[in-house]
Amino acid sequence: MSSVTKSKKTKTKAESSENGNKSVISVCLGTGGIAAGGDKVFARFEKEIKSKKLDTALGKRVCKTAKTGCRGLCARDVLVDVTVPGKEALTYERVTVDMVPQIVEDHLVNNTPVKKWLAKDDYHKFHDNQQRLVLGNCGAIDPENIDEYTIKGGYKALEKVLTKMTPKEVIDEVSKAGLRGRGGGGFETGWKWESCAKYDADEKFIICNGDEGDPGAFMDRSIMEGDPHAVLEGMIIGGYAIGATKGYIYVRAEYPLAVERLHIAIRQAKENGFLGENILNSDYSLDIVIKEGAGAFVCGESTALQYSIEGKRGMPRTRPPQSVEAGLWDKPTCLNNVETFANVPIIINRGAKWYSKIGTEKSKGTKIFALTGNVKNTGLIEVPMGITIREIVFDIGGGIPKKKKFKAVQIGGPSGGCLPESLLDKPIDFESLLEAGAMMGSGSLVVVDETTCMVDMARFFLAFCANESCGKCPPCRVGTTLMLDILIRITQGEGKEEDLDVLEQMSDEINTMSLCGLGQSAPNPVVSTLRYFRDEYLAHIRDKECPTATCIALHKYTVIPDKCTKCTLCIRNCPVNAISGSKDEVAFIDKEKCTLCNLCYEKCNFMAIK
Amino acid sequence: MGKAKKQSLQDETVDLSMAEKILVHYKDVDGCLIPVLQKIQNEYGYLRETIINLVSERLNMSVSEIIGVATFYSQFHLKPRGKHIIKVCCGTACHVKNAKSLSAKIVGRLKINANETTEDRMFTFEEVSCLGACGIAPVVVVDKDVHGTLSPDKLEDVLDRYVKPAA
Repeated sequence: MSSVTKSKKTKTKAESSENGNKSVISVCLGTGGIAAGGDKVFARFEKEIKSKKLDTALGKRVCKTAKTGCRGLCARDVLVDVTVPGKEALTYERVTVDMVPQIVEDHLVNNTPVKKWLAKDDYHKFHDNQQRLVLGNCGAIDPENIDEYTIKGGYKALEKVLTKMTPKEVIDEVSKAGLRGRGGGGFETGWKWESCAKYDADEKFIICNGDEGDPGAFMDRSIMEGDPHAVLEGMIIGGYAIGATKGYIYVRAEYPLAVERLHIAIRQAKENGFLGENILNSDYSLDIVIKEGAGAFVCGESTALQYSIEGKRGMPRTRPPQSVEAGLWDKPTCLNNVETFANVPIIINRGAKWYSKIGTEKSKGTKIFALTGNVKNTGLIEVPMGITIREIVFDIGGGIPKKKKFKAVQIGGPSGGCLPESLLDKPIDFESLLEAGAMMGSGSLVVVDETTCMVDMARFFLAFCANESCGKCPPCRVGTTLMLDILIRITQGEGKEEDLDVLEQMSDEINTMSLCGLGQSAPNPVVSTLRYFRDEYLAHIRDKECPTATCIALHKYTVIPDKCTKCTLCIRNCPVNAISGSKDEVAFIDKEKCTLCNLCYEKCNFMAIK
Repeated sequence: MGKAKKQSLQDETVDLSMAEKILVHYKDVDGCLIPVLQKIQNEYGYLRETIINLVSERLNMSVSEIIGVATFYSQFHLKPRGKHIIKVCCGTACHVKNAKSLSAKIVGRLKINANETTEDRMFTFEEVSCLGACGIAPVVVVDKDVHGTLSPDKLEDVLDRYVKPAA
């Protein structure tokens, strides 16, 4: 633990020397923050500070506005930190442009924080239950300014590696730390580097996989947007370890801000001698280039991604040869995920021994999850491996909103599965998730409450995979489409009981026979929902009823009198005035007038309409 | 997309000079087809036949190979698109938070289905895979502006901003 306290000390020291006598306002400007109006809030702060001439009025106290990346708790955007010298940083939540003048006036000029707008307890609860290593810098530094990264100890690991360590030692350190690939499969990073390092070639490539396609996952985007230099540093260290001559970062087309910030980071790293010819005056040289994807989920698969960089259709190929032997342009290639690379500098700085103490026996370190769906605090969280779902959903996530009941978490995206309430206390790591029929995947964690239909959920994921199948191998191309047909039939009330056996059999076949991970894992959502929520399938088939009333074809639109609280919310929202009732009378839906728009069901807070 | 030049409906002759410039820049770069197509699409809005022919000639690549790549990736478009591109996110988090109702709103209001463009070429409506802004689901992106935590009513207001009062 001594290393922790030590690094903390150096950190605070560095911080105080940088910002010792300045007030700092940091505005969250990740994609979530910008969507909530962060840009405008930022501009308004700048304007206010200028107009108040705070620089001169307060003498030495210089105000500085800083852009930061994602703070994690996107549901509360725009988040703004205000630090006055000598005091701890205070966080304001849900800041709008109109609130800016008062914050500046009260907090900065008069030194009395605007209490009513400060983040509430659950904001702190959200943060206190996490262990933010990889996300440590996200939201704390300006990602477009390399100095802020180096002040926090950035590129120290690279310096250590290039001056004091051989490539073999770097690989050993990463192996000892037990780092496993964060992209989904959980392959051991050290082992991958070692197998790539042993091949000799005139050219070798290191690729960073930023093609984060899993719906519901956005940790890679946040790291690239919030701490791009950490990704670069990890990549350069990896490149040194395997002897790479060139690096590529493959970023999804849907992430323009990440691309922009990475471009800035690469330029700054080159200007400072961390990238390019003879890095930090050593013999090692590496150039890193950004490749923008063009919109294909399958390109997250390593061989497909390599074809895409080559400018071809991104279709996976059979292996062997593995990429480490003959990958991009048939040269030895090592491909790792964004989050994996961001872990590397931490391991080098703090040592494998320290790192391997975090997590479970086989899964070391922390994992970032994108906590979304029907949960109070949505956003990015970083927790040690081995944490339980209950801690994530209820302690960090704050539970289910609108007093609804927890039903399941969908973990791992289209390749993952659903875990029901009975598994809430299961510690999660790579192995335990596989055993439960899910998968770590890239770490999307979508909370599902009692209003979500699991059959529809399975249909949704299968539709996604069927749509994204590259079409190269028939089990995936034809199989997923046929399974989807069956699921659609079930959601429309035309399913047969035999369908469930057919689904199970086909799942097995598609899993065994598909060429790449996309096809192999495509049936997972179906398999896991069949395993834990078979009742719901049967209700659709036998009773022609969707227990959650999600499947529109099965809706009957009647009010359950016992559950109706006579709040009249549905009556006020019905666009065709088909609902009658009052504060004293249970609502009644007139079938003649009803247009099946589903609005009453959505608005009802008490599940009283089905 | 964002920089798409005004596409006039009548004028079918295309100024190829920008495409030529892009092609010269990438002449000897390995695996340049995708960035070339991306840059060209940014400039011209979509991939016209004349331009694909030009790319084929300059990169010494068959037209079928180029079309193969262009149709594989969802980002490339072979048909003209609207002035504003509306993308409804259909990722998991948005799905759970009822993105379907947002799509329905757009279909109802603009009278076009997914992947179609309105007749006046003002709007193109697309349902896209996860945009990675799940924390603020459901999300709709119009051009480059991200609009989060939407409801059909709020979406209506968003759309109003893009429709000129006179139009």
